[in-house]
Amino acid sequence: MHLPSPRGSLSAILVDALRTARPVRTEPSLASSPEDAALALWMLHELSYAGFSDVDEAREWQPDLLRLRHDLESELEDRLRARFPGAPESASGDLVTAFFDYVESHEGPSVASHVHTDATEEQAIELLRWRSVYHLKEADPSSFVLARLPRAARAALAELLYDEYGAGRPERLHSQLFAEALRSVGLDPDGRYVDEVPSEVLEMNNAVSMFGFQRRLRGAAMGHLAAFECTSSVPARRLAQGFQRLELPQPVIDYYTEHVVADAVHEQVAVRHILLPLVEADPDQLEPVFLGAFTCLDQEARTSRVLLERWDVAA
Amino acid sequence: MTVAARDADVVVCPGGPLLLRGVRSVTDADGTVHVVDRPVVALCRCELSATLPWCDATHKRLPEERRPR
Repeated sequence: MHLPSPRGSLSAILVDALRTARPVRTEPSLASSPEDAALALWMLHELSYAGFSDVDEAREWQPDLLRLRHDLESELEDRLRARFPGAPESASGDLVTAFFDYVESHEGPSVASHVHTDATEEQAIELLRWRSVYHLKEADPSSFVLARLPRAARAALAELLYDEYGAGRPERLHSQLFAEALRSVGLDPDGRYVDEVPSEVLEMNNAVSMFGFQRRLRGAAMGHLAAFECTSSVPARRLAQGFQRLELPQPVIDYYTEHVVADAVHEQVAVRHILLPLVEADPDQLEPVFLGAFTCLDQEARTSRVLLERWDVAA
Repeated sequence: MTVAARDADVVVCPGGPLLLRGVRSVTDADGTVHVVDRPVVALCRCELSATLPWCDATHKRLPEERRPR
């Protein structure tokens, strides 16, 4: 993947510095807009995933870049915490029931319902482009957390990740299935669509990366994962049926059909076998678990509203 | 040997599916054998799944009293 196109002064300085190997002397306050800051943080995070073909790998750990990354993450975390109403009271009792109830009670507009019955092919393809930013590194943010979990939660996350990563078959990696889906509709699986996604999609990806990279936020990473899995099976079926209605190629339908069954397993494993032992071993992680879950649901709702508005669909 | 409840190979999820760990195949009510290629599978208990014998989270759309115990 190449560096994306800048969207303001901060991302422009960063792109230039990354490309030329010059040190970065800048700070979050130089951002022209929230979108500009979000793109800058997204680029800094990407250095810890697959990186950019036009950037020296050694820059991932360069102090000037780490400082900027830290400052941008602090801003993001403050924003996420300001939106978060706190863990529900019931969470201190039966965590499993409280978590499932919390996720179920969260209302949000449904892109999947629109795709199911009404979306045009153009809209369906646009959805794939927007989602590619995350799905091409599906499960990767959680894998950074693995070594930081207490024993029981770690065993369960490893089990879940083994499935996400194809259960021993490289061609079954979920990110690979998504790459196949993109190719089947003539799209490029090289991550170029980051240039067209709005700030909400960048922020969504930045939050899940930050949760994954910071040990302190391991509870939020797992709460995010669990909420994501809990809200996946039913929409995945609607999407698969919508893509079938539009007669999109089989790999697109297969990707979503796979998630109907896989995520019905993952949601149980995530809530019962990851969150519960994590919070039992470390009760201080309860609040971060719900911060992560809330952030997942809230950012999905924000992104859905932007997409549906763009398509002129009443949410 | 003591096994924590959640570490068992078969786990009943209240209101939801049955988790099976480390199985190679499942025979359904019609005698059809379904090969398992995941470390864990979720067997539907509400019988309303569109992907039987596997859970597809349909139980969540049921009122609580109609979900499997």
